[in-house]
Amino acid sequence: MTRAGADAVEDGLAAHENKSQLRFLTCGSVDDGKSTLIGRLLYDTKLLFEDQLATLSRDSRQHGAPGGDLDFALLVDGLAAEREQGITIDVAYRFFATGKRKFIVADTPGHEQYTRNMATGASNSDLAVILVDARLGLLTQTRRHSFIVSLLGIRHVVLAVNKIDLVDFSQARFDAIVAEYRAFADGLAFETLVAIPLSARDGDNVLTRSPRTLWYDGPTLVEHLETVNVADTALARPFRMPVQWVNRPNLDFRGFSGTVASGEIRTGDAIVVAGSGRTSTVKAIVTKDGLLPRAGAGDAVTLTLADEVDISRGDVLAAADAWPDVSDQFAAHLIWMHDEPLFPGRPYLIKIGTRTVNTSITEIKHKVDVNSFQKLAAKTLGLNEVGVVNLATQQPVAFDPFAEVPQTGAFIVIDRISNLTLGAGMIDFGLRRATNVHRQALDVSKASRAALKQQKPVILWFTGLSGAGKSTVANLVEAKLHALARHTYMLDGDNVRHGLNKNLGFTEVDRVENIRRVAETAKLFLEAGLIVLTSFISPFRAERRMARELVEDGEFIEIHVDVPLAVAEQRDPKGLYKRARQGLIKNFTGIDSPYEAPEAPELRLDAGTRSPEDMAEEVVAYLTTRGYLG
Amino acid sequence: MSAVADRMSHLKRLEAESIFIMREVAAEFQKPVMLYSIGKDSAVMLHLAVKAFYPSPPPFPLLHIDTTWKFREMIAFRDRVAQSLGLELIVHTNQTGLAQNINPFDHGSSVYTNVMKTDALKEALTLHGFDAAFGGARRDEEKSRAKERIFSFRTATHTWDPKNQRPELWNLYNTRVKPGESIRVFPLSNWTELDVWQYILAEQIPVVPLYFAAKRPIVRRGGQMIMVDDERLPLAPGETPAQRMVRFRTLGCYPLTAAIDSDAATVEDIVREMLTVRTSERAGRLIDHDESGSMEKKKREGYF
Repeated sequence: MTRAGADAVEDGLAAHENKSQLRFLTCGSVDDGKSTLIGRLLYDTKLLFEDQLATLSRDSRQHGAPGGDLDFALLVDGLAAEREQGITIDVAYRFFATGKRKFIVADTPGHEQYTRNMATGASNSDLAVILVDARLGLLTQTRRHSFIVSLLGIRHVVLAVNKIDLVDFSQARFDAIVAEYRAFADGLAFETLVAIPLSARDGDNVLTRSPRTLWYDGPTLVEHLETVNVADTALARPFRMPVQWVNRPNLDFRGFSGTVASGEIRTGDAIVVAGSGRTSTVKAIVTKDGLLPRAGAGDAVTLTLADEVDISRGDVLAAADAWPDVSDQFAAHLIWMHDEPLFPGRPYLIKIGTRTVNTSITEIKHKVDVNSFQKLAAKTLGLNEVGVVNLATQQPVAFDPFAEVPQTGAFIVIDRISNLTLGAGMIDFGLRRATNVHRQALDVSKASRAALKQQKPVILWFTGLSGAGKSTVANLVEAKLHALARHTYMLDGDNVRHGLNKNLGFTEVDRVENIRRVAETAKLFLEAGLIVLTSFISPFRAERRMARELVEDGEFIEIHVDVPLAVAEQRDPKGLYKRARQGLIKNFTGIDSPYEAPEAPELRLDAGTRSPEDMAEEVVAYLTTRGYLG
Repeated sequence: MSAVADRMSHLKRLEAESIFIMREVAAEFQKPVMLYSIGKDSAVMLHLAVKAFYPSPPPFPLLHIDTTWKFREMIAFRDRVAQSLGLELIVHTNQTGLAQNINPFDHGSSVYTNVMKTDALKEALTLHGFDAAFGGARRDEEKSRAKERIFSFRTATHTWDPKNQRPELWNLYNTRVKPGESIRVFPLSNWTELDVWQYILAEQIPVVPLYFAAKRPIVRRGGQMIMVDDERLPLAPGETPAQRMVRFRTLGCYPLTAAIDSDAATVEDIVREMLTVRTSERAGRLIDHDESGSMEKKKREGYF
């Protein structure tokens, strides 16, 4: 190769290397042609290799595509279950490039039950291509996906009116669909919305302009994807960097590694640690490729500071002249992604930035009907439902409203026991500034009250099936403690259900809230210095764990009054089992609602064989030997 | 949310994303490990790890599953790299399989891969109690990989349930596992084969010489060109290896990895070849072609 030739290759390589990348998703209803469109894009941009085409043509025949046609959907439906059922279950990522840009396209499922997988694909996309079947027009899923795409922060949308060949390339039909969509999308805050008539199957207006839609004078899909400007304003926003990892190779170097979430930072800039409010200046921006004078949104760097400041993973570094909010209570939009519904009051984890904290949803303000955007009253959120909620975190968290800085305003909800990802949230605003929250510093404390009574305050949490004998044992224990001159208080269904909790029923949601209130009340009595006895079925592990974690170690004793269901049902002191079996009582523990037995209770009492007196003695002995009774 | 597209070149964007992923793993897991398979993707992944934690060394060891059927040049390269970076390298071989002399010729590629790769990998992960394992797999390689999350959950028996993956929103990776469970992490998920080569070119990352064209002893098997790397490859009567100008697009066990005709002797040549190539990368991986969906099946069972 000549020197000039080598340079030409170098130039070509350099140009290729410096292309920008656009990440987008295709979404819309089942059978609107999402997978076919992606197959078409790969085929037209020559990104399908010969062996892949051979496999595709073999698979197409096998799956019964008509007369040698290629079934492009088989290219993206990569899981065995998807190919068997002929549907898309999970998001698939495909790659192609043109002379101007590189593309990663997420092919997302159209079925409502797989909306969470669609959201997975959408959350990392710069743009959404929303497909509509020209024959069918807007469907529920078109609206649902547009709404979710908007919620997740996508600001650029293509409305692909597909199968235009099947409506005789009708401009009137196209215009009608576009007008209806524009009216619907008015409230969704899209910056660009381009509608294109196309046929994914035949390729009209995908890569090349169709001679069959001469009335359309806009760009083809690929032309638009190559040129649409999706640069966001992340650089113009204030500097934020959640600290991922403290970099300490030796005693002389202490750096804070992370990816700049928004804004930019230069050597010498003043920064603040949101949360602690400590300030410093940037000494150096360190990378393996050398020190940088500046870093901007998206850059992965390590910062060193001029001062010794206490900073760890989860802290957010911010511009000293533009602090983020810090709060422990928020209003947020929430998309629920699990079969088990959201329970207000139940403890969950949220991960926001690089921080993971205990959280509970304190209130569901309303859920949103995806068709009409109407606000509907709700006590819970089910799979794929979207709501506006208030939540409270155990510790204050630095954040920005999602609309201002998505990277510091987004969070996921994680189940504390199963570890599953249950939902995705976008913070609207903080409900109060944590800096304004000063709990009353009280001179008289739990310890001083307990000292007065010469006892160690503790919660004795009796749990077990209805009819196990919880209240019988608890009453005996209280009588014995009273006889020993200990100050006790008993919480049970009789004194709580009729007063504090009389507005609660027996649905799963209400039972969770019932226990939450009992736990909080027990905590107040505990702080008063008392020995608190609670007697509730409390069937769910998560709530008992929540109650335990409200108080300090050693202040919660879980007592499982354990009896086989058959024995409890045979005893049936209040006739409740009988009525539940007849279907007269719904959600009855042990019958049509589960009892989750404690895995490691402090005490397990075998109520099937032992007398209540015997069991009460064991509880008192336990308290005595462990020093609770002074 | 990720709309930095127009400001950063695609390679910068991919690099920053991979570094973010690696730092999340280092910060959130008790005992991570990086699977190092010696190929170009592992080379890029390791290079990114060095960048991610600089000036600290990567805070995890490397793990190589040695089937004993790798190209000799690969093993030499592996030892050089680990030594020059000063990283701990764990080499694990399935000793039971070795004792039974499980090999690709007598037992077929499927049984061999299962015993010497998948079982060996699961054995090593369990033995050391790793709760996160980086792999260099990319989504453009194969259609079941195109479906996989970046943080991909594995049960205590190392199985993958593709129908029931955790949602993965933004860059908020759910890293929580119970004892015994683990996460396979794929920091190169969004890279393509061409991206990998462009990055190797831009960053001057050393790779195994087998990627570059040279005259090598080749026999033809079922339409594929197999290199005779040592005397263990059984030759049919009358079959003699011929010297041929070839290179490898992908590197695995030598009897199961086919060469391609090529004159590409430098990284620049390879990038140029990539821009015009008309076959897919894994066309040369014999184990992928048992049937459609065979990669998904292997992955469910614990293969990387």
